[in-house]
Amino acid sequence: VSKLTQKLILSSSPHASGPESVPRIMYVVVLALLPAVVAAILFFGMKALAVMLVAVVAAVVVEALILMLRGESAKRAWRRALDGSALITGLLLALNLPANSPPWMVVIGVVIAIGVGKHVFGGLGNNIFNPALVGRVFLLISFPALMSTWMKVPEAGTERWNAPFESLDSLTGKVEGVEAFTEATPLGLIKTQKNAALGVKETQARYGRDIKSFLPLLIGKRGGSLGETSVLALLIGAIFMFWRGVIRWHIPLSFIGATLAVTGMMWLIDPSIYLNPIYHLLTGGLIIGAFFMATDMVTSPVSPMGMIVFGAGAGILTAVIRLWGSFPEGVSFAILIMNGLVPLIDQKFHPRRFGVGPEPGNKTTQEAHNG
Amino acid sequence: MGTREHGILNRKTFSMGGVHPPESKGATEALAIETPPLPKTVFIPLQQHIGAPANALVKKKDEVLTGQLIGEAVGMVSAPVHASVSGVVKNVAAVPTGYGPRSMAIEITVSEEQAWAEGILQEPDEAFRLDDLEPKALLAALKSAGLVGMGGAAFPTHVKLSPPPGVSIDHLILNGAECEPYLTADHRLMVERADDVVRGADVLRRILGVELVHVGVEDNKPDALAAFAEAQGRAPWLRIHPLKTQYPQGAEKQLIRAITGREVPSGKLPLHVGVVVQNVGTAFAAFEAVFLNKPLIERVTTISGSAVANPKNLALRIGTPVADAVAFCGGATESLSKLILGGPMMGKAVRSLDMPVMKGTSGVLLLSEGESPELEEDDCIRCAMCVQACPQGLTPCDLANFIEYDTGDKALVSRAADMGLNECVECGSCNYICPTRRRLVQWIRLGKALHREVKK
Repeated sequence: VSKLTQKLILSSSPHASGPESVPRIMYVVVLALLPAVVAAILFFGMKALAVMLVAVVAAVVVEALILMLRGESAKRAWRRALDGSALITGLLLALNLPANSPPWMVVIGVVIAIGVGKHVFGGLGNNIFNPALVGRVFLLISFPALMSTWMKVPEAGTERWNAPFESLDSLTGKVEGVEAFTEATPLGLIKTQKNAALGVKETQARYGRDIKSFLPLLIGKRGGSLGETSVLALLIGAIFMFWRGVIRWHIPLSFIGATLAVTGMMWLIDPSIYLNPIYHLLTGGLIIGAFFMATDMVTSPVSPMGMIVFGAGAGILTAVIRLWGSFPEGVSFAILIMNGLVPLIDQKFHPRRFGVGPEPGNKTTQEAHNG
Repeated sequence: MGTREHGILNRKTFSMGGVHPPESKGATEALAIETPPLPKTVFIPLQQHIGAPANALVKKKDEVLTGQLIGEAVGMVSAPVHASVSGVVKNVAAVPTGYGPRSMAIEITVSEEQAWAEGILQEPDEAFRLDDLEPKALLAALKSAGLVGMGGAAFPTHVKLSPPPGVSIDHLILNGAECEPYLTADHRLMVERADDVVRGADVLRRILGVELVHVGVEDNKPDALAAFAEAQGRAPWLRIHPLKTQYPQGAEKQLIRAITGREVPSGKLPLHVGVVVQNVGTAFAAFEAVFLNKPLIERVTTISGSAVANPKNLALRIGTPVADAVAFCGGATESLSKLILGGPMMGKAVRSLDMPVMKGTSGVLLLSEGESPELEEDDCIRCAMCVQACPQGLTPCDLANFIEYDTGDKALVSRAADMGLNECVECGSCNYICPTRRRLVQWIRLGKALHREVKK
């Protein structure tokens, strides 16, 4: 017995730990991104696959190298680099880039994302801003032309545009090997026209204006970043994350709700110069932003009320930038701005503490008696 | 009449947070309580709970009988202790116990001849009626029997049953939740001794002057619920509440919320909402104290975990060395890495099998490395799973971070206190769920200690 007790471990309770771990959470997110990855390859071809591979490999390598620079042993650095968080940063960055991004630009984006976005603050858990978005915005400001050169998609009204599923193969075939076009995204059109009214007309002419014409947008036939175009693929992933408890409804719903509320209100006021909010929902990066980037645990609030404030703030900022800013798209900036406010939000909003505030219960006392 | 349905739809639960760790009760939940032979020596600690230690009434070489008073209560929050065996006092000295590194204990060498102190019955007197005794006399009987809460905290029972003047109690709740994994001591007691538990509840009910007694049992113990349903025929004042199997269902404030819908205000005691909670084991001890005149010298303890050969539920004399109980269960195996008094969520890790079983020792767990791995603590990723899991509505990640990053001026400790640091019940739900294995409870405990210094 004395031999046994020599090695007894003394530690504070609890003496049980649950099944959750960082890799488990991170790989749920990676799996949730797979439909968008597949959609990106289907729509944008092998170029998309190349961008994603370069980004993911670079992210893991850069993460491991920086961890080693910070004094971790090689073994530990690689283990942590493979915990899934760097992989997500790389993948999310790739999904937020145009398909024809050159590899060197992708690598620069990754270095900024992991290096400046994450490790300058102390690595996983300590960063204030979403690393992938830091990388993306850096690239957007540094290489504006490359970052807004989108692959061409079929003309609205043509046979291929109207046949959502059958055309995927030929669409892929067509895009591959074709030079990139400087084609505006739906949200971009409105900014590139002489005035807003022309922009609205042009967008409607290009992408249609009835419910039927929104279906191709839902599936993802439009110009845009790799992963943002297929709303359908993103929603499949989002449902998976909900099911696994990795994200909660507060941020995505308040985010999307606020964007729809502001853009919808303006559309109701003057539909001739403001786009139908359905465009705001189905085009641009709102869906990938609201479900996959604003929900980043490290850079979002911890209380339910804080999450709602954060999401609503990002949603309003997105709408404001889209409607009145000089950039066609505002999701990245909106999330980054709200990321910066998270410490303040967390300080202000807490869950209701048990036994504090309005006291429930006296109503149910009778029930307990009758129970 | 009360509910007899144990369906999922009408089972109750608390309002926020909670986790569901693996129940791990399979090894012992169907095993009847066994009584091992008496050990050669017992160590009866004079302090077995919060409050003042008892004052030793015996000295070396004194002969004592089973049930004899050997330590008298000192002050208000204190309980007397009794000899759990007949024998000779070998020593009165400090020994390691679950309470701090050392605590004064009376060591008794067990005699071959065992005899009960005068007046202790083995069977209830047929002629005895509870109506014969005034509530005050009942309370006095519990006090002199050394009753403490048997759920783990071991708070002196008579204190809990003596609300200050002006406070009216309208609910007595019997806690049969037993939400800690592994533990089945209460479960077996409810199944095997439901009638006597209910008779003890009658004693508590009369002392408090309440009409109804509510018993809450997690729905993973259908046989215990059935046993109470049967006992209810003789106790029409009993209300049975099947509870959702969710940790920490048996935490006092959470149980009150689940059963009555009332929320004990922050920093207040259950009696502020008119409720007193007693463990089912305490009710059984109240039965013994009043019907048998028997002090609290024995309790049911679950010996379990993968590092013990044959897990069992044992009726153990207070002061029995853990090693003797473990030996009766076939001994510890080589895989033993952690010894815990209590459950895995709130129990104490101790460093020796020589620790004595105390009044609050609901379980002795022998865990292997695989069952209770020591995992490296990483930085918080602010996933908020702890916030979701906290039954007290706290933000454990922030509390722990404030304590960890306090620079010594206690500014962050004070901020944590403003955020409810001292409302933490240390149930461990946050710590259990944390994906980065943050030792949240440990940080919070440290924070509470630092905050006590701030207040000084």
